[in-house]
Amino acid sequence: MTRLARALLLLGSLLAMALLYAPLLVTVLFSFNAPRGRFNLVWQHATLANWRHPLQDAALTQAFLTSVGLALAASLLAVLLGGLMALALTRWRLRGQRWVALLLALPLTNPEIVLASALLNLFVGIDLPRGPLTLVLSHSLFCLSYAALTLKARLAGFDPTLEMAAQDLGAPPLQAFRRVTLPLLAPGLLAATLLSFSLCFDDYVISSFTAGDTITLPLYLAGAFLREISPQIQVLSTLVLLVSAALLLLATPRPARPPHDRAGA
Amino acid sequence: MPASPKPERRPPWPWLLLAPGLLWLLLLYLLPLLGLVPLSLSEPLSRFGLETVFRGRVATYGEVLGAYGPVLLRSLRTAALATALGLLLAYPLALWIRFRGRRWQPLLIGLVVLPSLSSYLVRAIAWSSLLGDNGPVLAIIHGLGLGGMLEGLGVLRGGRLLNTSTAVILGLTNSLLPFLVLPLVVSLQRIDPRLLEAAADLHANPLACFRRVVWPLSRPGLSAGLLLSLIPAAGDVVNPRFLGGPNERMIANTIENLLLVQLQAPRAAALTLVLMGLTSMVVLLQLRRGGLEELPLP
Repeated sequence: MTRLARALLLLGSLLAMALLYAPLLVTVLFSFNAPRGRFNLVWQHATLANWRHPLQDAALTQAFLTSVGLALAASLLAVLLGGLMALALTRWRLRGQRWVALLLALPLTNPEIVLASALLNLFVGIDLPRGPLTLVLSHSLFCLSYAALTLKARLAGFDPTLEMAAQDLGAPPLQAFRRVTLPLLAPGLLAATLLSFSLCFDDYVISSFTAGDTITLPLYLAGAFLREISPQIQVLSTLVLLVSAALLLLATPRPARPPHDRAGA
Repeated sequence: MPASPKPERRPPWPWLLLAPGLLWLLLLYLLPLLGLVPLSLSEPLSRFGLETVFRGRVATYGEVLGAYGPVLLRSLRTAALATALGLLLAYPLALWIRFRGRRWQPLLIGLVVLPSLSSYLVRAIAWSSLLGDNGPVLAIIHGLGLGGMLEGLGVLRGGRLLNTSTAVILGLTNSLLPFLVLPLVVSLQRIDPRLLEAAADLHANPLACFRRVVWPLSRPGLSAGLLLSLIPAAGDVVNPRFLGGPNERMIANTIENLLLVQLQAPRAAALTLVLMGLTSMVVLLQLRRGGLEELPLP
């Protein structure tokens, strides 16, 4: 690669990273801001006060906890249902398999507003009051496809001879699954859960249609835009960011040099 | 008992494994989605609720297209611009990660994913302070004396960045970027580096090498990325509402307003189906090219 091509690549990459990280940096920075007025949007001067009282905004904390609980329930449900589907789709050749795969991929091709609109009309139609239950149902559906396809990809790349070897060594199928398949699948399960959780935790559109009186974190934040943006919002977001980074690092394979990869060297 | 040849054993339990997930997809996805069709042909029962009565009224479609056609067009335009900007940035980054990332590739990919794990709304809040009237971006623009030029280009409006399509596009591009970069990296990773060495041995300059080797081989990732970014962008609610303001409302804002504020369920359903029809066209194009298998998932 010539020097010019390399410089252009680097410039583009840096711009891309800047666009990706600008809002995150601003969020972290503003968690140390001492705001004037109700909206922590303009830089005044640095303070640690917000970090000393991270839970001061009680409504925010409540919304955060609600979101954690609901997202946990919905994502575990999605990973369970999706994992079973992925297992069935990769282990057996089934008649109608293509249709199942298509049905599974279809929700990914709809904008969220389509799902939200359809779900609200369903809940109105069957007269199911909107609240935590409808939220968990909606979110588990929303994440199901992501979870199933993530796990399907992992299972497809999985060497079935390992499980057979375990069975040849006398392990009953369930034990082979538990002792061989499951541990090998653990990073995939973690990735699918993390993905589903973050989708549910962060979802605004479907929540705003199906939450009823329940206030999740995104719904609270949308209200805050009009009411008051307390610095605790940025503090909490920074904490969430740190936890996400740690979990992501856990799910990332260790850096290792691929043996035949000498590209660009 | 007659000795019959052992019948081929078809265990019923793969379908048992599929059953709960399929039930979810049928009851919570397919059925309500199909239900939008009769709903769009109905009329509201009263002005105070979402209850409707079926009338076979097709005129609703004409009404929503007439009333919200401009919003629909604006949504498509904004989504296309955000995706174009995203592509312009995603390509260099993907190339860099693939060809210069060396053993840090997984970590760099993690860095691309990380922002999408942070809250969409918190990012919108951050954008509104970055692009705000007292924010750093405007200060830099005016400090460099670029205000007039950017106003002329339509990037600024009345000296502001907030409540313009620029703000919406920046917010959208920020959230789309990972979905463009990741599939590109995946398809670039499939390129055998020896192909590039061969091209260089044959005296191809970097541009020719890119145009004739890298670009064609990265097409699957590119079209998967386009699918993953155009569709959510066209249906976005948060960025147009909080960064774009009343003049930049997009189609999803209109659907939300029709359904939650005006309680016009049939109109909302009709508009939802129109939006779905448009996005499905993009999907069908993708399906004809290579199916949904290319959809990159972590």
